[in-house]
Amino acid sequence: MSDMHSESVGYVRETFLSEKEPPLQETGLFKWVRVNLFSNWFYALLTLAAIYVVYVLLSGFIPWFLGGVWQADSIRECREIAGGEVGGCFAVLTDRWYQLLFGFSYPSDKYWRPTLAFVLLFICAAPVLFPAIPRPFMILTLLFPFTAYWLLWGGTILVPLVALAGVVAGYVVYSRLVARSFAIGLFGGVVAAAVVWWLGGFVSEAEPRFLALQEVASRDMGGFMLNMILGVICVSLSLPFGIVLALGRQSSLPIIKWICIVFIEFVRGVPLITLLFVANVVLAYFLPPGTNFDLILRVIIMITMFASAYIAEVIRGGLAALPRGQYEGAESLGLDYAQSMRLIILPQALKISIPGIVNVSVGLFKDTTLVSIISMFDLVGMIRGPILASTDWNGVYWELYGFAALLFFIVCYSISQYSQWLERQLATDHR
Amino acid sequence: MASVTDPHDGGFRLSMLLNDRRYRGLTFQFFALILIIVAMAFLGINLVRNLAAAGLNFSYEFLGDPANYDINQTMIDYTSRSTHLRAALVGLLNTLLVSVMACVTATILGVIAGVLRLSKNWLVRKLMSAYVEAFRNVPVLIWILMIGTVVQQLPSPSAFRGDDPDSSMWLGLIAATNRGIYIPAPIWGPGSLIVIAVFLASIVGVVLYRRYAVAKLYSDGTLLPTFWPSLGILFVPTILAYFLMGQPVSLDVPELQGFNFGGGLQIGRPLIALWLALSVYTGAFIAENVRAGILSVSHGQTEAAASLGLRSNRIMSLVVLPQALRVIVPPLISQYLNITKNSSLAIAVGYADITATLGGITLNQTGRAIETILLLMLFYLVISLSISGVMNVYNASVSLKER
Repeated sequence: MSDMHSESVGYVRETFLSEKEPPLQETGLFKWVRVNLFSNWFYALLTLAAIYVVYVLLSGFIPWFLGGVWQADSIRECREIAGGEVGGCFAVLTDRWYQLLFGFSYPSDKYWRPTLAFVLLFICAAPVLFPAIPRPFMILTLLFPFTAYWLLWGGTILVPLVALAGVVAGYVVYSRLVARSFAIGLFGGVVAAAVVWWLGGFVSEAEPRFLALQEVASRDMGGFMLNMILGVICVSLSLPFGIVLALGRQSSLPIIKWICIVFIEFVRGVPLITLLFVANVVLAYFLPPGTNFDLILRVIIMITMFASAYIAEVIRGGLAALPRGQYEGAESLGLDYAQSMRLIILPQALKISIPGIVNVSVGLFKDTTLVSIISMFDLVGMIRGPILASTDWNGVYWELYGFAALLFFIVCYSISQYSQWLERQLATDHR
Repeated sequence: MASVTDPHDGGFRLSMLLNDRRYRGLTFQFFALILIIVAMAFLGINLVRNLAAAGLNFSYEFLGDPANYDINQTMIDYTSRSTHLRAALVGLLNTLLVSVMACVTATILGVIAGVLRLSKNWLVRKLMSAYVEAFRNVPVLIWILMIGTVVQQLPSPSAFRGDDPDSSMWLGLIAATNRGIYIPAPIWGPGSLIVIAVFLASIVGVVLYRRYAVAKLYSDGTLLPTFWPSLGILFVPTILAYFLMGQPVSLDVPELQGFNFGGGLQIGRPLIALWLALSVYTGAFIAENVRAGILSVSHGQTEAAASLGLRSNRIMSLVVLPQALRVIVPPLISQYLNITKNSSLAIAVGYADITATLGGITLNQTGRAIETILLLMLFYLVISLSISGVMNVYNASVSLKER
């Protein structure tokens, strides 16, 4: 039988044809270019226009960057070295590097302190930022504010130590009392912290030289360091305030609700610059005669107010987005308001709010440049003030503004990339 | 066993103010109110004492005094002899001017960039992403200063002089100089009113024609063309009227006179810098809103519309756009709000908006810090509250009617 078949169907091929290359139009780079760049005449036109734009940008940028002068003492020397060729005068960056980063009056032999604080910021923020790092490392994050204060402002180590002791005492009392009621726990914690701070104040006043770093006044802070200080402090302070304001705005108690609404709408309705004017010239009128706040402290208060109103609105969105059943489920378990918020509602609401919170933080960090308008010397203030006004560097705009833009871009872009990564990490729904 | 569900065994006791959920809220609110009143009183008393100590009083009389400073770009008559109130008004109009200009261009830019970011063209997509990321991640103040520098480095008017000038005017109409941009100004001759009236009437005509077309479609199913007739109604009568009236509207083209340009309309350098910077900066944000809005319309909507037999342009205008707009418009309006608030950075390039006049020079000259800043905040509050009022009305009108 088998023989018969093999003879009768002799026209069937016994071997496969060897594979042919796909047509040139359907493969590799050619196909990619055709599909992505020239799929129809309109896209072809767009592509050509885009290529032209890229060419114009690069042909301006590359010679300017490659022909740049990195070592010179003034813009005139730069021009001599460049000798009529196109080239940026980047020497201003090397010449004024420390001024751009730390301002012009931070003691120059103490630059290691803010640098160390900056490095520590990353190490200590890591346990919060990356869930994979074990929980005990969080203690580093807790210690960071006190270390950073000591490094940046100097003075005796007793001041941050006392502040830390107050926080620890407050926390211990709170965790003892919270079982009875959240309000009692909170109240007890605050009282305990206040008592420790008050008593500790005498100790640190009595021993001002104990393990002391050289003190640096707030007005000596400047450059990009000032932007970082304002950004980090105001964002971290505005989070708790924002949560409280958001809860207040959602509250069923009319007076508390209206206080929060008026505050939030007022702050969101005015530009930050007017609030900075308030910090600069008006705030002093509202404080008891004789009190003398640092300008930097007044600015921190105002920016924190500003940021917490925006964060409150973001978190309110998160609270509103939670299904009603979560609130009802928490109540039906017999949890009281504080418990249900702490254990059920806020963890979920904050998770939904992460993109919004990051947006506000990035916006806030960018807005710290506004302090240059009330003549503080942050990065932009340093550029506009001492550097561009000096006879040596008057006229070097692009290099300086480009550098400032690059610094902000790096920070803001990495924050937004991190937030996208975190969103993917926290996504619990399987879509 | 005593029932725990019935606490009414002995009427109201004082401890219930703390422990009973029904009354605890009242206690909290009472203390919050007391706290706020005490804080307000504390600030108020300090204010009174500080003002008394400095020999100041709280009054707005300074608004009637002569301002004694010049403003480079004004929309209404203003001299240095005018009052501070007049100066504030000039600043207010300037703020509104730059905000409206920036809103228009930022929207155009944002819509184009947002749509192109979704394009299938790889290069264009990447280019637009680069634009959006570059502008969103750098402070607007730096952009304002940078663009201010660009505008500063435009050629001076003298570069336009001579037989072989270094610079020439665009289309022979527009001159971009470091003293500002000069554009042709229209001259309204006699009879131009009629041309304008005809143009306004044609706009009404277009609306009426479109309504008629829709009514016709719904009543007997005939589909009238809309695009070309609309265009015709809009322009043909106006052009006819223009020539019938003997070309009453002409252009006053800027011309080089001596060391500067004369004629035409001068748009000051600070205004250009602020306007461009706000437009490109906010355009990047609007692009993201537009992109999110278009992506929010699920693909099933498009497919369902196609399976109903709609053509692709009708799918866009009848199905996708109405749903996308509901997502796009609220953040768009809050971007407009941001433009208005960011325009207060005008002070960095020397544009005389209300922050620069009232909150800057007037404050420094009169020393009336509290009064001027209160007034300034009030102005911005009124603007933002009215814009958010508009937004609430819009949201209510487009929100999904849930059952």
